Amino acid sequence: MAVLLEVKNLKTQFYTDRGLVKAVDGVSYHIDEKETIAIVGESGCGKSVSQLSIMQLIQSPPGKIVDGTILFEGRDLLEYEANGDEMRSIRGGKIAIVFQEPMTSLNPVLTLERQMTESLKIHLGMEKEEARTRASELLSAVGIPDAEKRIDDYPHQYSGGMRQRVMIAMALSCNPKILIADEPTTALDVTTQAQLLELMTDMVARFKASLVIVTHNLGVVARYAQRLYVMYAGRIVESGTSKEIFGTPRHPYTIALLACVPRLDEEDDRKLVPITGMPPNLINMAPVCAFLPRCPYSTEKCRQEPWPDLRKLDGDGQHYVSCYVDT
Amino acid sequence: MGAYIIRRLIQAFFVLLIVTFLIFIAMRALPGDPILIFLGEAETESTTEEQLQELRKEFGLDKPIMVQYANWVIGVTRGDFGESISYGDDVLTMIAESLPITLHIGSLAFILSAVLGIPAGIICAIRRGGNIDASVTLTANLGICVPVFWLGILFIYFFGLKLQWLPIQGYTSPFDDFWLSFRKSIMPVFCLSVFTLASTTRQTRSSMLEVIRQDYIRTAWSKGLKEREVIARHVLKNGLIPIVTLKGFHVRLLFGGSVLVETVFNIPGMGRLAVDAIFNQDYPIVQGVALMTALIVVLANLLVDISYGWLDPRIRYQ
Ligand SMILES: Nc1ncnc2c1ncn2[C@@H]1O[C@H](COP(=O)(O)OP(=O)(O)OP(=O)(O)O)[C@@H](O)[C@H]1O
Ligand SMILES: [Mg+2]
Repeated sequence: MAVLLEVKNLKTQFYTDRGLVKAVDGVSYHIDEKETIAIVGESGCGKSVSQLSIMQLIQSPPGKIVDGTILFEGRDLLEYEANGDEMRSIRGGKIAIVFQEPMTSLNPVLTLERQMTESLKIHLGMEKEEARTRASELLSAVGIPDAEKRIDDYPHQYSGGMRQRVMIAMALSCNPKILIADEPTTALDVTTQAQLLELMTDMVARFKASLVIVTHNLGVVARYAQRLYVMYAGRIVESGTSKEIFGTPRHPYTIALLACVPRLDEEDDRKLVPITGMPPNLINMAPVCAFLPRCPYSTEKCRQEPWPDLRKLDGDGQHYVSCYVDT
Repeated sequence: MGAYIIRRLIQAFFVLLIVTFLIFIAMRALPGDPILIFLGEAETESTTEEQLQELRKEFGLDKPIMVQYANWVIGVTRGDFGESISYGDDVLTMIAESLPITLHIGSLAFILSAVLGIPAGIICAIRRGGNIDASVTLTANLGICVPVFWLGILFIYFFGLKLQWLPIQGYTSPFDDFWLSFRKSIMPVFCLSVFTLASTTRQTRSSMLEVIRQDYIRTAWSKGLKEREVIARHVLKNGLIPIVTLKGFHVRLLFGGSVLVETVFNIPGMGRLAVDAIFNQDYPIVQGVALMTALIVVLANLLVDISYGWLDPRIRYQ
């Protein structure tokens, strides 16, 4: 399948009072047309920043995209000015995002109609009435009952799960090529999580879009993603198809991650093992592998050599890992 | 919303009763006797105790305080605010002459502080850390600390006496001579608005900055809106909520400030009327002015609450 978006060597940094935060430090990945990928990692490893960088939504200052290319439809998105016309036509039009925080991601003082019709007017040039009709159709499509009427409500009249449905409807309203779902369900209860994931994969399939699921819970994505990228401390440490990662995880971090999460599709009981130690803070890091202090497989080489690049594993798969040790 | 406003109006009525009652008591608790002040030293000596009693009776000052207050309230409901002890004039007429002057200067100051302060704050927030932001913020910080009295005298000296650009004192109604009225009001209006202008600018700036980093603003950006649209549609309405509170508070401040400004620029407004009346212990005037001021402040607060409802649906739907 054709590659839709290709991120190469993306580096995003924050200049804070406490030092330089290398939030995303040389991340490369790609997504094909109509594909679903997942980006997985612990809190603070740079998942959100890597996704916000694609849309150039990094707050600046303190943040800055310092290196990399983001190829989309033959153009490097990073060549565009952050709030310029080209970048704005991508945002919401070609690439849309559902954020992590359902309770605060909608403007509290505007009705849903105002908020939902905005992008329809910008990207599809719709008039007020047409946009309203389309918006309420989308609301029904994501399962909001009585959408015709409820579109005039304000966000506080919706529950968290409902708001996230609204966000999904809003994100998909202009038929984007890519939907980025940045931990869209983390703040919600388990049942709602599952419903929303179903809804999203459903909608994305219907709109023939690609889906990027960002999550810290490997268990959540097992069923939906074709390929996975595992992130640690601003880098991708392992990538491959779901089958490869779940079947034969190779990076010690992935192995630890798999041992500590329950899976939605798992039948027998398995003892869950938490990962020891804390994820590193990303300020002024040493050049060695960031997982080293927590790694049960570490060797002398890991302590001496710099953090290894991703290397392709033998076989005809697409399994990459950045580790010296053959686990 | 309708029921809410009625509830607030009933509340306001009680607030007015309490405020005027407290002032009633406070004025009478002050040392001194308005009748003696009115008569002056020379006359007091030649006046007999009976004549004094007679005068007190004439102004109703011989009755118990509660009765005096009740009489005053009853009078007010009939539109009778009593007569000034020192001037003998009808209090309502005196207020009707001086209040428009204070409202004229005060509302110009209010409008100036909003019309300049809010955009200035917005620009500072958008261009945060830039040259405009730095200089405006510095000026605003100065404006917060500068004493009105001192500024007024400085202006009079500089623009009035040295440069002779502006008339230094007095008041002319815009209906009599618009141009002269305008020139006369420039300095008082500016002096009166300096503090409110500066604080509006600062508050707008910080409130906008607070809103700009909210998640829903990131959502707005993520839809592909222009900066202008993000600010106008998403930031402004949220950012204005604290400004509305501040502006309500400013109505009170401007009434307080008018006392100073009217004194410095010799403007026959209600502020100066109040000061003179307090010095003369002219109870009826003080009462009348207090009632008017409280009424306007209460109305301003009501307006603030209504604007809240308009700006923030979470309040409207409670
Ligand atoms: N505005 C900012 N200023 C300073 N540092 C930031 C900012 N935004 C993110 N960071 C830093 O970048 C790093 C990566 O943050 P990011 O939000 O991408 O994590 P994440 O993987 O999405 O975590 P989570 O699962 O908690 O959402 C963190 O260490 C964070 O402290
Ligand atoms: Mg995140």
